[in-house]
Amino acid sequence: MAPAPIPFRIQGHLTTVTVKTDRFFFEHYGLTNQDLETYLAAALSAGGDYADLYFEYLTSTSLMVDESMVKSASQGISAGCGIRVLSGERTGYAYTDDLSQERILHAARTAALIASAPAKTPVTGFQQKPARSLYPVQLPSVDAEITAKVELLMRSDQAARAFDPRIKEVRASYADELRNILVIGSDGTFAEDSQPLARMNVSCIAKTDSTSGRGTSGGGGRVALDFFFGEKTPEYFAKESARQAVLQLDAREAPAGDMEVVLGPGWPGVLLHEAVGHGLEADFNRKKTSAFAGLIGKRVASEKCTVVDNGTMPWRRGSLNVDDEGQPTQETVLIENGILKGYLSDKLSSKLMGLADTGNGRRESYEHIPMPRMTNTYMLAGQDDPRDIIRSVKHGIYAVNFGGGQVDITNGKFVFSASEAYMIENGEITAPIKGATLIGNGPDVLTRVSMVGNDLKLDEGVGTCGKDGQAVPVGVGIPTIKVDRLTVGGTARKDPGGFMQ
Amino acid sequence: MTTTLETQSTTDLKEVAQDVVRRAMQGGTTAAECVVREGDEFSTVVRLGQVETLKESGSKAIGVRVFFGKRAASTYSSDFSAAGIDRMLTSALELAKITSEDPFAGLPEPGSFGSLAGNLDLYHEDVYSLPGSERIDYARRAEKAALDSDPRLKNSDGGSFDAATGRKILANSQGFVGEYRRSYCSVAAVPIAQDEQGNMQRDYWYSVARTLSKLESPEQVGKEAARRTIRRLGARKVKTAQVPVVLDPLVAASIIEHIFEGVNGDSVYRGASFLAGKLGQKIAGDNVTVIDDGTMIGGFGTAPFDGEGIPTRRTVVVENGVLRSYLLNTYTAKKLGLQTTANASRGLAGTPGIGLGNYFLQPGPRTPQQIIGDIKEGLYVTEFLGHGANLVTGDYSRGASGLWIVNGELAYPVEEITVAGNLKDMFFNVSEIGSDLEFRGSVASPTIRLDGLTVGGE
Repeated sequence: MAPAPIPFRIQGHLTTVTVKTDRFFFEHYGLTNQDLETYLAAALSAGGDYADLYFEYLTSTSLMVDESMVKSASQGISAGCGIRVLSGERTGYAYTDDLSQERILHAARTAALIASAPAKTPVTGFQQKPARSLYPVQLPSVDAEITAKVELLMRSDQAARAFDPRIKEVRASYADELRNILVIGSDGTFAEDSQPLARMNVSCIAKTDSTSGRGTSGGGGRVALDFFFGEKTPEYFAKESARQAVLQLDAREAPAGDMEVVLGPGWPGVLLHEAVGHGLEADFNRKKTSAFAGLIGKRVASEKCTVVDNGTMPWRRGSLNVDDEGQPTQETVLIENGILKGYLSDKLSSKLMGLADTGNGRRESYEHIPMPRMTNTYMLAGQDDPRDIIRSVKHGIYAVNFGGGQVDITNGKFVFSASEAYMIENGEITAPIKGATLIGNGPDVLTRVSMVGNDLKLDEGVGTCGKDGQAVPVGVGIPTIKVDRLTVGGTARKDPGGFMQ
Repeated sequence: MTTTLETQSTTDLKEVAQDVVRRAMQGGTTAAECVVREGDEFSTVVRLGQVETLKESGSKAIGVRVFFGKRAASTYSSDFSAAGIDRMLTSALELAKITSEDPFAGLPEPGSFGSLAGNLDLYHEDVYSLPGSERIDYARRAEKAALDSDPRLKNSDGGSFDAATGRKILANSQGFVGEYRRSYCSVAAVPIAQDEQGNMQRDYWYSVARTLSKLESPEQVGKEAARRTIRRLGARKVKTAQVPVVLDPLVAASIIEHIFEGVNGDSVYRGASFLAGKLGQKIAGDNVTVIDDGTMIGGFGTAPFDGEGIPTRRTVVVENGVLRSYLLNTYTAKKLGLQTTANASRGLAGTPGIGLGNYFLQPGPRTPQQIIGDIKEGLYVTEFLGHGANLVTGDYSRGASGLWIVNGELAYPVEEITVAGNLKDMFFNVSEIGSDLEFRGSVASPTIRLDGLTVGGE
């Protein structure tokens, strides 16, 4: 029994409206403007350049189906307030999960210990900047009927098992949340947002007597439950996951060494996230710890590459109306036709570096200090036909699905692990190969992108980025591209014209 | 620095937990379990001699797991008010209606609960004994010692000092109530070296302990961080080759942890690991013995009881290459017709998972220098990048940095290479195990040598 599908937009037009104040924390906790001014004054009681209060109320649900049964169901609420004081380059931080006046004041005074100067007076009066409404969900999924969510998972379980008799294990999971935030700054910043997030995931294991394989597929976004009854159904993810698992049964050893690599569109955009994304976060560049420090205006990619970070895409997992410092998000051009243009900044970085604030200041929760983070990071579509890109490769690999990746931003080395890949021999896709990790050097890998396809895709909505112990949801995207040389971490010798096992 | 938050006493929180269990049962559940977590933390980063961040706070949260026969559900909250706890209980009772009847679900049997007696040496108040300025000074001293070591170390990601304490309470409808506290402190340095061409390298070192008295000095930590960073300068790529690979202890620990990933009950009953079904069989070479011990005094993975309230124990997982035991909780044990090994891990939400105690590979007779000394040409790995282990198939592929071994010596640094193989073979090809076992966390391994791997490069 499914609710009538409600049509929804995948890529809508941006709507710029003055956000109606939700007044969530005002109503829920009896917070007043007077309180906010008192807390800010306490935070600046020992001086400091800036202070902010970050209130967060998070409701979440998660479900898991295994062995065709609903094995686990959980729901929870987490709420609190984090208080930050900035003094020059220094940050003082304290938080409380008890939103009584006494505890918030205690936190404010603790954060204030970073400074030691006469008290500062916060700006009086708060001003809400016009911000977007990128996820105007009518009924947040956390409030939707749980039986409908169970149905999604049971359907995916059925569809995965029906795909192929060799599918032996299926585990499907669903998680959603609604995060209400209120950000108040001593410069008059006032921002509220209500951020839905939902995703489902299906994992399969395929087995024969001699071999086994695994596959995983999932998606979602800042969407309502009807998203999963529309184009991206449980059957879609289930079949994709099962297909991958079965494919892995016949995968041969991957080659080892430098080769031509073609990346498929969508999630392989993890390449950009690791190779350049982190290296372009402003904090690393201010401290000159990034391999990209000092390279603004220099060539870091081929002319065919334009890479952006865009927090304003409707419904996307990585999007935000405002960042976690209350700054409206935007589309930031990082690399334009191969030239490095800019960094992703937050309030502190933009102040210390004299840059505009790009609205990339994010934090995992009220317990964490914000820092520059990505939102949706992707390369713009090019002119090449994806089929020509494959045809141009004499001996290489074609990788279409990945696990995750990692980067050392100081020496620039990054990795991402292919979970579904094939050999390309004489311009044709041939045998599937086992997953292998690809490794490269961020500041120059994109200079070897010789072809960029016209088929830009973003990922399905499963990305989570970790930095300094803080996880935030993100998106990635890329068209089909060819990288002339990348190191493939396989086990088989590569021989031009064929490969040994 | 007056930062101690008043926290509810242990008695109060134990009463809260027991009360939640009582009320759940009154609400019609057949079994219930409540977890309360409380903790506080302090951390500071000093960079180039100046305080960069200073963070201090405390928090607590509560979770309840309820059973209606063979249906279970769980809810959690950070709100300890009467209304908050009401809401948490009501949601749990409602949620349990939609889960399936799982014949294996349930709390452990009565009589299995308990808490290890004696002082496990897990909690020391002295982690917070230093005045604030001295805590900051630890961080500053670690960084300074690193940067002073070599003129090529001009930049830094900072020196840091962290301290934390935590308390955990578990109560269930079988009458078990247990609690324990743990403390933790650490000091670290992350220096950055730059060569004449402007290429940068970064590495780190740290010390972690449950008491300040066992923490290595900031100067020791800083100097070791500097040594590790400097030796990376001038790193080059190498040609693809099949050579012996030696893993330094922290890196080796990640390989040994894959055994855990493969033999924990969840992976086993689902057949989601190539080690599933191999109990009693040889899965590694004769020299490989792996132990999980939740009882080690002061250990980072030690606790008096596991996430279900069962006293922890020492389990021989692999003995001379033979898989002697899976690591299980009550649910997975029932699935497999076995007994729990008291490895249940309980977060606030969801069903208990499976966690490690103090988990390690038993050391061997040779020193790391002797192991490296034997190798004509090979790779010494100091860092892996990425997570490329497939436990279903055993396929293994990760990015790596390290030092190339030439004629028994660590000759030059290497980077932008990969190491690949299959875990099914790797555990049989641990040709050397070092004598240098040391716990810098709850998972530990000595230096090991692996043969049969492919190094991917040019």
